Amino acid sequence: MNIPALVEVDNVSMRYGLEGGTLALEGCSLRVKPGEFVSVVGPSGCGKSTLMRLVTGLWPATEGHVIVAGKEVWGPHSEAGMAFQNPIMLPWRTILDNVMLPLEVVEPHRGQLRAQRAMYEEKALKLLALVGLKGYDKRYPHELSGGMQQRASLCRALIHEPRLLMLDEPFGALDVFTREDLWFELQSLCINLKPSVILVTHDLREAVFLADRVLVMSSRPGRIIAERMIPFDRPRSLDDLYTAPYQALVQDLRTHISAARQAERAALELTHV
Amino acid sequence: MSSLPLVSALGITAKVPALKKPVVPVAERYQAMAQAAVRRKRIQTVLPWVVALAVLVLWEVVCRAFKIPQFVLPPPSAVAASMLKWWSPLMSNAGQTLMTTLAGFAIAVGVGLVLGVALGSSTMVYHGLYPLIIAFESVPKVAIVPILILWFGIGTVPAILTSFLIAFFPIAVNVSTGIATVEPELRDVLRALGAKPLDIIKKIGIPRAMPYFFASLKIAITFAFVGSIVSETVGANSGIGHLIMLASSRFDVPLVFSGLVVTSVMGVSMYVLARIVENRVTGWATRGRT
Repeated sequence: MNIPALVEVDNVSMRYGLEGGTLALEGCSLRVKPGEFVSVVGPSGCGKSTLMRLVTGLWPATEGHVIVAGKEVWGPHSEAGMAFQNPIMLPWRTILDNVMLPLEVVEPHRGQLRAQRAMYEEKALKLLALVGLKGYDKRYPHELSGGMQQRASLCRALIHEPRLLMLDEPFGALDVFTREDLWFELQSLCINLKPSVILVTHDLREAVFLADRVLVMSSRPGRIIAERMIPFDRPRSLDDLYTAPYQALVQDLRTHISAARQAERAALELTHV
Repeated sequence: MSSLPLVSALGITAKVPALKKPVVPVAERYQAMAQAAVRRKRIQTVLPWVVALAVLVLWEVVCRAFKIPQFVLPPPSAVAASMLKWWSPLMSNAGQTLMTTLAGFAIAVGVGLVLGVALGSSTMVYHGLYPLIIAFESVPKVAIVPILILWFGIGTVPAILTSFLIAFFPIAVNVSTGIATVEPELRDVLRALGAKPLDIIKKIGIPRAMPYFFASLKIAITFAFVGSIVSETVGANSGIGHLIMLASSRFDVPLVFSGLVVTSVMGVSMYVLARIVENRVTGWATRGRT
């Protein structure tokens, strides 16, 4: 842990509303090194998405510190590219223009976009080709399936070459086959571009397949209760997922999460009796 | 229960007929469907004209059958004759009305857009300004025309201002609704990139409000005609409103109706123009539906 972390979440708590509001996170800490792929798993409603919003600066933390690229996060910043659970394309823009949206916002691209449009467009087209959307750049989002839109939204998260890629259950709404395809494509994108990634998911196989390290969150108020290194070499193949070492890791994570869920249920029963 | 024995008494047995092969080949069936679609489309384009013609014929027949005097309700034929007779003054006055209407409408588009963006993107502006705008909007514009005439004299300026005052409201309200109802997820896409509020208005708010804006243009352009004609009837020395007042003071009711016909032709043309622009600019909002 001597390499300076790109993301440092230090003892962070997050309460919605004022005093007495829901406590989503409590004493949550984690570090992500440059180029590292970290998956965060946990029971539903454990504050995974809240964690994402804190790191991207969409919400301020109630307590503790969030530090990204050496700077304390107070509000939205331009260090991260983010893909959400839904593709959230701008319906009035073509796929290409959607993918290029971050370039119109994030410096230094913003200032160079007009002068070097051709170069940037070529880059966007290359990214689209990489996720299998060659020839769809002039289409509008509604002409594409959900899975294709989600691919485009991955491109949008990556176009400005952020050092940090934030993925908030980006494959949650997709069918299993599309999802596995996209895992594979995400893996090749990451091997090519080497960003740090925080992936929030409730799919344990997804977490294990993609990550260097998996963090398990407790049920609400969320904090990190376990950590597993995923030592397998890259590129990993989808077939590997069905081999014993992978299965063992998935099983291990599953045990942690059901323990967390049982603790939550016990706590609920206590408060209701 | 009681009907059951009756049915069997009649000797009807529930026998499902065996499925037959389609009599008409598939290709021909598709062709028939396509032809039906073309026919339907053709009827749809002709239908408004047929209905309008039917109304005119009915109108003519009723006027003749009940011998309604021309100064009460002139038949279409008399209106047409009057239009031919007064063609040149009709056109020059229509030109004046069209000019004031379009000028007022143009100002309304500019002011309505700016106001709508401000109202929609800032809750402060909304809370500060909206009650005032509503209060102003609830004043009938006919009541303002005399003041405008006092300030600017009779003629062109009050007509332009009245049509502007009527037309800006739907534009401002619609644009502000379009911006205020931007989905938070859409906003988060930009916020997560570190975008400034002005970026979010420019890249999300305004494009998102465009369908609302163009929908309001169709309303605003017809309102603008109301504004200029109201102003012309109160105080002007040219324009369709002025012409109608003159004609009615001479009991030349066919000419009054001619003025109305010309106005409605102008109104419909502008409406169609607004719709064409709308379809071109905000096709994305209808997702390929035609």
